[in-house]
Amino acid sequence: MKPPRFHYCAPHMLDEALALLDQNSEDTKVLAGGQSFVPLLNMRLASPTYVVDINHIAELHYIEQEDGYLAIGATVRQRQVERSLLVQEKHPLLVEVIKHIGHMQIRNRGTVVGSVAHADPAAELPALLTCLNGEVLVQSIHGERVIKAEEFFTGYLSTALEPGEMLTEVRFPLISPKTGWAFLEFARRSGDYALVGAAAVLNPAADDLCNSAHIAYLGIAGAPIRGYDVEAAIVGSALDETALDAAAEASRMLVSDDMEDVHASVEYRRVLTAELTKRVLRTAWERQSH
Amino acid sequence: MQDQEEITPLFTEECDIAMTVNGHRYKQKVSVRMLLSDFLRHELHHTGTHVGCEHGVCGCCTVLLNGEAVRSCLMFAVQANGMVVTTIEGMAGTNSDLHPIQQAFQEKHGLQCGFCTPGIIMTVHAMLHENPNPSDEEIRQELSGNICRCTGYQNIVEAVKLAAERLREQQMEVL
Repeated sequence: MKPPRFHYCAPHMLDEALALLDQNSEDTKVLAGGQSFVPLLNMRLASPTYVVDINHIAELHYIEQEDGYLAIGATVRQRQVERSLLVQEKHPLLVEVIKHIGHMQIRNRGTVVGSVAHADPAAELPALLTCLNGEVLVQSIHGERVIKAEEFFTGYLSTALEPGEMLTEVRFPLISPKTGWAFLEFARRSGDYALVGAAAVLNPAADDLCNSAHIAYLGIAGAPIRGYDVEAAIVGSALDETALDAAAEASRMLVSDDMEDVHASVEYRRVLTAELTKRVLRTAWERQSH
Repeated sequence: MQDQEEITPLFTEECDIAMTVNGHRYKQKVSVRMLLSDFLRHELHHTGTHVGCEHGVCGCCTVLLNGEAVRSCLMFAVQANGMVVTTIEGMAGTNSDLHPIQQAFQEKHGLQCGFCTPGIIMTVHAMLHENPNPSDEEIRQELSGNICRCTGYQNIVEAVKLAAERLREQQMEVL
């Protein structure tokens, strides 16, 4: 298992990287943390002619609080986000989610933006970004565009990125201190890709009923998926058992019929999804401050 | 267009790199596709870093890169250019005294076949540096990225606890 031959370049400026990406856009891959990409090379599932290593681009190394969201640049490691005092204070849900990614050694190299760009349907960060209705910043030598999470993830390992474009920043909307949040996943072994996972944020109204809800799942379809019917089942309720049962039933319908593999059957994933839905909603509900 | 070509760096298949491994500085030309694990084993002949799965699952190839535990099979040697790498060969003292972590693994029988041990020792080194007094649960969590097929982990956890205790004592003496 050795990577195929490729041509390598590690520019120091974003402009240079975008120019390199544009030259041979159909046959160039971007290397950041490499924790998903290098295995693909080792197993020769990917064999690009050109690899642009962006690790030396200092201008992509930032975690910043912007108006309403946290912006994370393309070379920031997952572990750096996990340890960041700013993120711990402003976005505890993001820290919680990152702790579920792979193992410590993986998070020491793997980047937040890389995980989003890779768009594995079983990955944690794409599901979180979908739950929060976050955005990504995409750049090329021709300009830049901002894409909503739900429009960015288009299917299995597929995104709205066009040839020549690079994902340079991910934007996680901040959640208010009153908001209840939770993330849960079920994996066979610690650090494995989860069979199913769910992220939820809930906001209470003055009357103590659920005012707004966001929930999104990983592992149950070709892309991370928002559970609109699940949300509808609990908004306006006090998250009593009847509402939770309705939410769980709605979540079963989200599991795609083709999510059958050696790890779990579709029915098993539906059972897991229903149970995780209840647990994640209960936890988020308990965490919100009234 | 002329300008563009002049300022844009060029793609290459080989690179000159320099890295510090276990305190020694190495300068070498490498193929850009050479994994760090293969560079350590085949070029520097530091065969203590083991290669198990080569896709980041087993943890055998764990080394310290600027002090952080990473999978050496999931990065290229060229990416470690200018960095400081520590492998299992860098753990024992100059007169072959075992490092306290190695000593603890020996005393507590924290290994059987030993294939996974170099990676585990490097992981434990990074873990104890960040958290000198981990709970059993924290130890198990941090070790979850290193697969051992022999021991059942019980004695590994015991070894980590003993190593942590001794390293804390050493630290107290220094202070």
